[in-house]
Amino acid sequence: MSNNLNLKLRIWRQDGPDAPGAFLDIEADDISRDASFLEMLDTVNERLLGDDIEPVNFPHDCREGICGTCGVVINGQAHGPEKATATCQLHMRKFRDGDEITIEPWRARSFPVIKDLVVDRSPLDRIIEAGGYITAPTGSAPDANDIPVPKDVAEASMDAAACIGCGACVAACPNSAAQLFTAAKLAHLNVLPQGQPERWKRTEAMVETMEEYFGTCTNHGECHEACPKEISLDFIAFMNRDYIKAKIKNRSLASQAR
Amino acid sequence: MAQTISRSDSRGRVKPLRKRGKELPWPANLYQTAVGKKYIMALTGIGLLGFVVVHMIGNLHIYQGPLAVNDYGEALRDLGGNLVPRTFLLWTLRVGLTALFVLHIHSAWSLSRMSEASNERYQSKRNYIAANYASRTMRWTGPIILLFLLFHLADLTWGWWLGSTYVRGDIYHNVSESMGSIPVAIIYIIANVALAVHIYHGTWSLFQSLGVNNPHYNGARRGFAAGLSVLILVGNLSFPILVQTGLINENNRTTPIANSGDVLAPLSSSTVLEVGS
Ligand code: FES
Repeated sequence: MSNNLNLKLRIWRQDGPDAPGAFLDIEADDISRDASFLEMLDTVNERLLGDDIEPVNFPHDCREGICGTCGVVINGQAHGPEKATATCQLHMRKFRDGDEITIEPWRARSFPVIKDLVVDRSPLDRIIEAGGYITAPTGSAPDANDIPVPKDVAEASMDAAACIGCGACVAACPNSAAQLFTAAKLAHLNVLPQGQPERWKRTEAMVETMEEYFGTCTNHGECHEACPKEISLDFIAFMNRDYIKAKIKNRSLASQAR
Repeated sequence: MAQTISRSDSRGRVKPLRKRGKELPWPANLYQTAVGKKYIMALTGIGLLGFVVVHMIGNLHIYQGPLAVNDYGEALRDLGGNLVPRTFLLWTLRVGLTALFVLHIHSAWSLSRMSEASNERYQSKRNYIAANYASRTMRWTGPIILLFLLFHLADLTWGWWLGSTYVRGDIYHNVSESMGSIPVAIIYIIANVALAVHIYHGTWSLFQSLGVNNPHYNGARRGFAAGLSVLILVGNLSFPILVQTGLINENNRTTPIANSGDVLAPLSSSTVLEVGS
């Protein structure tokens, strides 16, 4: 199998949130070029098991780039060197024989390490809880096309909804900001007619929850580069504009209610 | 709002890094959040950019000769004519500018504190793709500009270093005396390069922070930022360079484009009040 890769891995190992972590050097020989990055880790884990060493914990689920569970920092880049690709869709043919590959978990103060490469991304759920929903009548199914949505608007919403919530934007951001995630989740609903009733409350609540956990945006653009779904920075501008509008609208709405 | 999961259940949850304080009345509440602070930073940035551009263009009067540039200084003090007391509008502008600086610096400082508190260092080397030199040095170029601003005020407004050679109101004399010294010229050059780098990222960034975003024009934002910072850089660097090359020269009071009629004898401290009268 001369076509296979011999790699030098440096993998972050950490027993728990409070345990000190360190890199473990592993020689990973004879790795198929057709393997995905996660399959490569599977192979490594099989071998570790054979040697009675605890396998490396890493996050994964669908392995087809749609669930947002996977994600590690590979050679200093969230989701590795290939653009618009989640870790599970990254293939070993992108690497060369003899490469040294450093694998680290996402790092942000609000993403504590659970074990090895697995981090707790639940602060992203807190942001969704704060406003990532709409009010819809329950009961019988609504008629299709009941609410007309202009094509451009539907497309913009879909572009935002492509976010799989993996957290690579936070991991890639030098400020550990969650702007791209929050902006995508906001825009997904805020541009649609169905999202209008809660638009201003949602914007305020989600942005302010985000700021409880994450850093601030300095417009580097690293998030967009790391994003497996190539969510546009334009959504961040949209969020900033909606936030200022929300502050004004919520104030006048509150005074109406009084 | 609709029912949400109770936030009080915090078993095993990641704790927020910071708590929202009590909300102040509008518009002070904008300054309580990071997105709002960025908005203020962008607005004050626009004001400061306006100042930098006008300051640079105004200083180009030095190319028209000592008389023209000293008249320009006098015109600034006389802003508003007889409608307001002399130097009243100038001082209003100065106070306004100081307020812009204070807000710009304070928001920058508190936002970077917030980011630092949210950051966990990577143990291996980062590989940045989009972040450029300008964006990553904002927290360095900013303080450099502030220090330079203080130096510049002490140099040409208060005349601290020039001492007895400083002649109040004789801009031409002071500029050529100050920038004639090589270390001072180097300080001006370094500071203005830092300023241009800061303005490059700041100008592109402010569109994002203000949410000024239109797919038709987005491509032009980087170009606009680059053009503006180069314009300011060239204008501002020309002064120390022309003094150093002797094209602006105190002894024969020449400038590249001045008419001989504009050339004025050096002022002494006692004659300064006659300028422009
Ligand atoms: S495992 Fe689901 S996106 Fe990678």
